[in-house]
Amino acid sequence: MSNEATLHSHHEVTHGAAAHDHGNGHDEHHHEDSFISKYVFSMDHKMIAKQFLITGIIWAIVGAGFSVLFRLQLAFPDSTFPFLESILGHWAKGGRITPEAYYALVTMHGTILVFFVLTAGLSGTFSNLLIPLQVGARDMASPFMNMLSYWFFFMASVVMTCSLFVQTGPASGGWTSYPPLSALGDASIGSKIGMDLWLTSMALFVVSQLLGGLNYISTILNMRTKGMSMTKLPLTIWAFFFTAVLGVLSFPVLLSGFILLLFDRHAGTSFYLSELFVAGKALSNEGGSAILYQHLFWFLGHPEVYIIILPAMGMVSEVLAINSRKPIFGYLAMIGSLFAIAILAFLVWAHHMFVTGLNPFLGAFFVLLTLLIAVPSAIKVFNWLTTIWKGSIRFTPGALFSIGFVSTFISGGLTGIWLGNSSIDIHLHDTYFVIAHFHIVMGVSAFFGMFAGIYHWFPKLYGRYLNGTLGYIHFWITLVGAYCIFWPMHYEGMAGMPRRYYDYSNWESFKQFAELNKFISIVVFIVFATQLLFVFNFFYSIFKGRKLTTTNPWDATTLEWTTPIHPGHGNWPGEIPEVHRWAYDYSKDGKDFIPQTVPLGPDETAH
Amino acid sequence: MQAMSVQRKKIHPHKYSLWIAMGSITMMFIGFTSAYVVKRAQANWQVFDLPHIFWISTAVILISSGTIQLAVKQFKQRNMQRYKQLITLTAALGVVFAACQCLGFSQLSQRGLPLSGPVSASFIYVIVGMHMLHVLGGVVALLIMFARAYRTRVRVYSAVPIEVASLYWHFVDVLWIYLLVFLSIAR
Repeated sequence: MSNEATLHSHHEVTHGAAAHDHGNGHDEHHHEDSFISKYVFSMDHKMIAKQFLITGIIWAIVGAGFSVLFRLQLAFPDSTFPFLESILGHWAKGGRITPEAYYALVTMHGTILVFFVLTAGLSGTFSNLLIPLQVGARDMASPFMNMLSYWFFFMASVVMTCSLFVQTGPASGGWTSYPPLSALGDASIGSKIGMDLWLTSMALFVVSQLLGGLNYISTILNMRTKGMSMTKLPLTIWAFFFTAVLGVLSFPVLLSGFILLLFDRHAGTSFYLSELFVAGKALSNEGGSAILYQHLFWFLGHPEVYIIILPAMGMVSEVLAINSRKPIFGYLAMIGSLFAIAILAFLVWAHHMFVTGLNPFLGAFFVLLTLLIAVPSAIKVFNWLTTIWKGSIRFTPGALFSIGFVSTFISGGLTGIWLGNSSIDIHLHDTYFVIAHFHIVMGVSAFFGMFAGIYHWFPKLYGRYLNGTLGYIHFWITLVGAYCIFWPMHYEGMAGMPRRYYDYSNWESFKQFAELNKFISIVVFIVFATQLLFVFNFFYSIFKGRKLTTTNPWDATTLEWTTPIHPGHGNWPGEIPEVHRWAYDYSKDGKDFIPQTVPLGPDETAH
Repeated sequence: MQAMSVQRKKIHPHKYSLWIAMGSITMMFIGFTSAYVVKRAQANWQVFDLPHIFWISTAVILISSGTIQLAVKQFKQRNMQRYKQLITLTAALGVVFAACQCLGFSQLSQRGLPLSGPVSASFIYVIVGMHMLHVLGGVVALLIMFARAYRTRVRVYSAVPIEVASLYWHFVDVLWIYLLVFLSIAR
């Protein structure tokens, strides 16, 4: 490894464990870093993690801001808000969001949060930060590819941002971009240039994910420090590993779907198009199948939800064990269930297509495989609960968000059992029930896992703590708010209220929900404001937060806390520490915790 | 260098990354070919013969796999003159391969099967075209290796880059054989 050789041609010989005492790693850092190579085109995994995180936060504000705008429309369909016209211009003529703008907002909300925030912002941030630090590596297998991974994401972000400002507006056919709507420029104004920019941006995003994923897998399998066998890895790393495997195997299939879509849009092919009329004119396309796109899309689309949730699961496992001062319950079962989820992720995609005319016989298999996911999920929930059971829990904001994660994962996961049944899905598909299900189990849970990670590892990122009081306010309002927003949607969905509609006031059956919609929207505004409070806390604490005085603030066992408070590029000033035990020796033999670097005692066996 | 030896490495991380990348590229073509299979099972599937020039391009890419293998051998024996000649030859064969594929495309469209024609023909263009792009990516990699071999200030002794390049080259070769067999059988 050439980067290691350059990083470490000047190493001084210090004993691994002695790295505890080093207050400042910068002295070790001989080669001069310009501003550009340190902060912009950095190849240091920790800086790349910060870049992913801050870009993700900006996108989260934009994506969540869009939901505030369309919730305004849903709550007050008849009112006008003149300020909207000054933000959105002709998209909100007279202060009321136009139907076209509404669809664009919904589409962009989904795209941004699923891909840019919860994929890039979550796994991009923490895989980058934690993989080298927790496996004991100086950097990723290829720091250069890692840098490219961020900059491809950045380019994807730039293209997506541009699409928001083109005259015909961004893509507005839903985050899934089903053809024929997405394949025909004449079908709607959101299918014109905005759709092309969407596809370009997503192609760049796929490249970014592949470059990142390759590195994560390669680093975990090849760059572990001495003694760090796979079964001594913290669960975070196992989760990032399976996440990367899912991404590397499923994103290319999405890309092939997009390529075919691009050909349909611009080269006159008919992969997805057949016998269509647009604006009264018959199209010449023949022989295509729109369902084909759905197969290709959901072959990524379903693993994608696990790409989002697995990193959160890994971080929650780690944070819960540390803050209950207990070993994680069922370490091997946790790995096994991650593995089972990763395998099943590839075998259930058609449950998104139960009502597309799928053969019911085939559907039965997908129902079975889908319901099987409940087993590993339940194992994980059981293990989290037994981990905190009778622990001496420290209710740090990170721990609270982890417990919140378990709560939302249970309540959102249970409704998955409903939706996984193809017969119930006939009634519930495309209703608010689906919205409630996936927002709780995937959106809110993944955000909680991400917040847990940010509160917990902020000291490692910036050498300072986030403000705890603001953290508690953030947690409680977000938890209560999330349930207030999404719980009522279950009732709306069971009553048959369809998703993606602009205005429900014309339906006799849905008029009863007018006040409920108002309630949901008002909670949305409060929760959104609370997230801005978190953003303030984040940026304020980077510069003014309470400073770290110890390298290991949470008394954790893992390797990242053996680095100096401000680790330089290369992480450890001396040799990389050797690992002797697993990551979960808490409350063992009368000791509160035993770091992984401490050799086993004479009468001690490995876990 | 002492700290490096602390980390266990059986296989070079770059080579390892390439294996994973090959898995990823394979998944993309599995995506294409399974779309092809699904589409083929539906109505209005038009059957036609593949352009014969595809057999010539197959021979070209097979030969180029041999030349890059020889290049690796020459590099390890430090016969840099032969090495440079062989990677140039390999890159040239890569370009010839791409040219043959393009000729195949024009033959197809002359037979009344343009890109915007029947879906079965569109698939040929997209699948073969995407594969061709991957071969051209390999050509670019070889050009970089070529430029590196001419640097006088820095001499490269590590065989890893050329090994990575040759592994990739063999991969696109095998991928082409798979696609050719697939497209010949599943018509």
